[in-house]
Formats: sequence, structure tokens, C-alpha cells
Amino acid sequence: MTPIEKTLVALKAKFADSIEQVVEFRGETTAWVKREALIEVLRFLKESPELHYTFLANLTAYDDWPEEPRFKVVYQLREMTGPVNFRVKCAVSGESAELPTATGLFLNANWHERELFDMFGIKFTGHPDLRRLLMPADWEGHPLRKDYPLGYEEVEFTFNFEEIEKKKPYAKE
Amino acid sequence: MTAEAETELLETTLDELKHLFSSRAETGETVVLNMGPQHPSTHGVLRLIVELDGEIVVNAVPDIGFLHTGIEKNMEAKTYLKALTMTDRLDYLNTMGNNLVYCLAIEKLMDVKVPPRAQVIRVILAELQRLASHLVWLGTHTADIASQSILFYAFREREKVMDICEMVSGQRMMTSYIRPGGLWRDVPAGFEEAVRDFLAYLPHRLDEYEALLTDNPIWLDRTKGIGVIDAETALAWGVTGASLRGSGVNFDIRKAMPYCGYEEYDFDVPLGQNGDVFDRYLCRMQEFRQSIRIIEQALKKLPKGPVMTDNRKVAPPPRSELGRSMEAVIHHFKLWTEGFSAPKGEVYMAVESPRGELGVFLVGNGGPKPHRVHWRTPSFVNLQAMPLMCQNHYVADVVGIIGSIDIVLGDTDR
Repeated sequence: MTPIEKTLVALKAKFADSIEQVVEFRGETTAWVKREALIEVLRFLKESPELHYTFLANLTAYDDWPEEPRFKVVYQLREMTGPVNFRVKCAVSGESAELPTATGLFLNANWHERELFDMFGIKFTGHPDLRRLLMPADWEGHPLRKDYPLGYEEVEFTFNFEEIEKKKPYAKE
Repeated sequence: MTAEAETELLETTLDELKHLFSSRAETGETVVLNMGPQHPSTHGVLRLIVELDGEIVVNAVPDIGFLHTGIEKNMEAKTYLKALTMTDRLDYLNTMGNNLVYCLAIEKLMDVKVPPRAQVIRVILAELQRLASHLVWLGTHTADIASQSILFYAFREREKVMDICEMVSGQRMMTSYIRPGGLWRDVPAGFEEAVRDFLAYLPHRLDEYEALLTDNPIWLDRTKGIGVIDAETALAWGVTGASLRGSGVNFDIRKAMPYCGYEEYDFDVPLGQNGDVFDRYLCRMQEFRQSIRIIEQALKKLPKGPVMTDNRKVAPPPRSELGRSMEAVIHHFKLWTEGFSAPKGEVYMAVESPRGELGVFLVGNGGPKPHRVHWRTPSFVNLQAMPLMCQNHYVADVVGIIGSIDIVLGDTDR
């Protein structure tokens, strides 16, 4: 049994209801986890002596706007002796863009979560220092959201007029 | 600005950060001091807010983002190939390495195979870039705390690597030479000699620097026992690269998760023991020699053949085909107007940059532009552990600690 298979068996045994799906792509395995169980799953992966995913290699997110739930938060975990890489993903809706913080488990999640708060507006509840990290403190909006304009206007033609008009940053009302 | 307005501004900023400092700062027992962003030894535009008890650092809070250029957002609006030119601007001391990890991520996402000659040239260039980056680290680090002269020597050596970069890509720094599927074009005649000349030249110089520093009592005073981080804490903070290996953790992505055929090269991973500034220095000095070993082996085995994949959905056809093949014309047109499309899916690709684990998390949406490119940059993650290393040291040692974790602010702020 490969380490990844072992991980999946252990995860499914313990969190049968919370694992939404498991995706294999180009040799990388991703487990989609429900928001309620996220921290417990991460804790289990980190602290279980057989799995031991102690290293948070990366923590990021992306925006699938206008799809809902729009945000996908991605935890790239690593077991350091193999090394074995395993990804945990959690979908977050736009209306209540909130997740519990992982800073209690992984110290380096601190800045990663601040960056996600800055760039996507995802609030990490329980974070010790949730301020903007890269943008100025008085900045409005969250730049990496897909409905945040890049700074130039798209050219309107008859075929895409309505589509562009909808997301143009006019002062409406 | 009036004096009152200025005081008000200062007060609001400190209020927001109050939770990061000890309660002694409020009574005035300790002093909260601003260091940077325009400070010669912060290696760019890093701002530190340090709380000092006399000359001893109680706490340091890094404030980053002064060099934030929105590269991740910009890459989402460009085709995969056009976005490549932005990767050079991230970590401007490791341009080839940035090109490499981005191309590796695209190749993984699209399942493209790269010809062996391109693989070996990639290794040579990545290691040359590591030498150049370490030379800048050595120069600036020593200039910060002990000796100004090595800065000029190191930059003289680095210029030779820059010449090789110019030789292959036409650019000293912003190379964009490594492309998805291979290389922009084959290396020019004289490349191998230029690399061999450099390899023959460098080791002797390194001996001289080590003679100047490794046993120098001033250097030892400024580095031994300073900025100590033990292996467990370093791992908990996600520290990678020479900063982690200085604490004795044997983790190098070239060995642990090999890419570009690194498993075929014979090299060692230098390790430290104490996790202080001196051990990180020793690790990097030995990494110079290991990189030289890798390049020597690569030059020896450099195979002949193409340097670009023959997958025409990624790589443009050679010029000679355009005159006689309609299919080639179509591919050429499609590639230079629309770009290539990557499938839906996501990959994480990491390489060992001179600073640590440089990772790209790439999400494709089936179209010619990336849906999301996230850069997991080593400077960003390693810098988080810096306040911990600074605590209970003199404020003068802060610059040594910053130098020893080798941050590049373009890499941190993206």
C-alpha cells in the first residue's frame, strides 16, 4: 500500500461523512473536505503517528466566481521523510467567506492566511493577527477576486456587450 | 504635515500593532523603533518594527508589501507564454529558476515531455543561477556585518554568470530563456567553453573568501550563536533551503523530489548543526562547491539533440517547416495568436531555489490563460521565522540575521 493509499484509508475510516471527494490528477492526490471538519482533518493528518503530515508546504486559494461556492482554499501538506505530498481542499462560499484558522496547527499558516484575507477577503476566525499583508492597510477590495478589475476596461462589442456591461465597475443605482 | 497630524498618524499605527508588542512598550520601558523600508541592509524594501530594551531586541515585526506588483493577478490575464516574462521579475536573483519552476508546472499540467538536452541545459543554467545568487548573498551579507571588500569581489564573479545568461538569452537578468516544452533555442557556440572557464575560475576565488571569513575572529564574533533556530522550530515555521539545512535537517528538493533529472547527478547536501548565522553561512559556502560539481557532471553528459518538445500544441514549429507545411502554418498562427490551452486541473510543482522551496500552484481552466498561479516563495515563508531568530540579540545583529536567511523582497512581495 502506498503512503497516499494509507492516508486515504485512514481518512475515510475516521471522517467518512466529511470527505466530499478524492481527486487524482497528474500523480497528485487531493481530498475535498467539508468546512466544519477542516481543522479536525488537518489535525488528524498532522498528529496521527502513522501519517505525520507535519509540514505545511503551501496554503493558497483561488476564486471560481460566479460559481458558488466561489473560493477554494488549498492546503498543501507534506510528510517530510518520504516525502509524501497530500492536498486538502475546502470550498468556501462568497456570502460567508469564513474559515477557522490553521495557525494553531501550522505556525507558518499565519502569513498565508493574512495574504488570503488580503487578496480574497476570506476571514480566518481565531487568527491572532488578521491584518492586510501585501496591500496598504487602507486599501479597498480584494485584488485576486475574479470580479475585481485588473485596471483596464475590456472592449465592448455587440456579441459580448451584455456580458461585460454586467461586471463593469460603474456606480450603479 | 503638521506636527499634530504626524503624531496622530504614528499613534494610530502603533495602536493597530499593540497586540504584537509587550506591555512594557506602552509604559515606555521599551522603545518601539522603525527600521526600513529604505535601509541598506534590509536587502530591498523590508520594514521592521522592532521593540528594543536598550540595545536588545524584544520583538521584531516585519512589514512587507512595499514591492508588491500584483504579478499573480497579472498572470491570470495573460496567456501561459506571455505570463512567463513576469516570472523573471519575482526573484530577480534567480530568474532562470523562476522560469524553470513555472515551465515545469505547465509541463506537469499539460503532460509534456522535455527532450534530454533541454533538461541538462536547464540544470546547468539553474545551478549557474544558484552560484550567482549565492554570490550576491555572500557579498551583501558580509558587507552588512563585517567586510565591505567581498561585496565587490562577489559582484565581479557574478558578472561572469550574467555574461553567460546574456550569451544564451540576450539578457543579463530578465532571461525568459526556459520555455514551456524546452528552451527558447539551443545554446550558442562557445557556451560550454564559457561555463568551463567560469568553473575553472571560481573555486580558487571561493578559497580566498573562505580564507578571509571562515576563521576570521570578527566574522565569528558576528555570526556564531546569533539567530539560532533549532530544527523542530524551523520545520514548524515552514523554513526551507539553506536556512533549514543550517539547523541540520537534511531536506533538499533536488534530492527529495527530483526534477529535471537531478537524481542522475552525484552531489551532497551540506548540513549545519547549530542553526545559527555561521552554520547557514557554511552551508551556502559548501553549496557553491556542490553546484560546481553538478555543472561539471552536466557538461560531461550534455547530449545532442533538440531542445524543444515536438508537441506542436505547445511548441512552435521550426521556421523551415513553415514554407512547406500547411499544418505548421496553422500551428504557428494558433500559438502566436491564441496561445496553447492547458486542461482543467491543478498541480503543485516545487524546485529548490537558492533560497529554499520555490513552488508554483497552477490551476488551469481549459483555456489559454491560467486560472490561478500562486507562488509559494521561500523568502516569504522564511521571513516569518525571522522575528524568532532576532529575539534577545543586539539590534546590530538583526542585519546579520536578515542576511543569513537570504531574502529577496521581490520574491516575498510578488
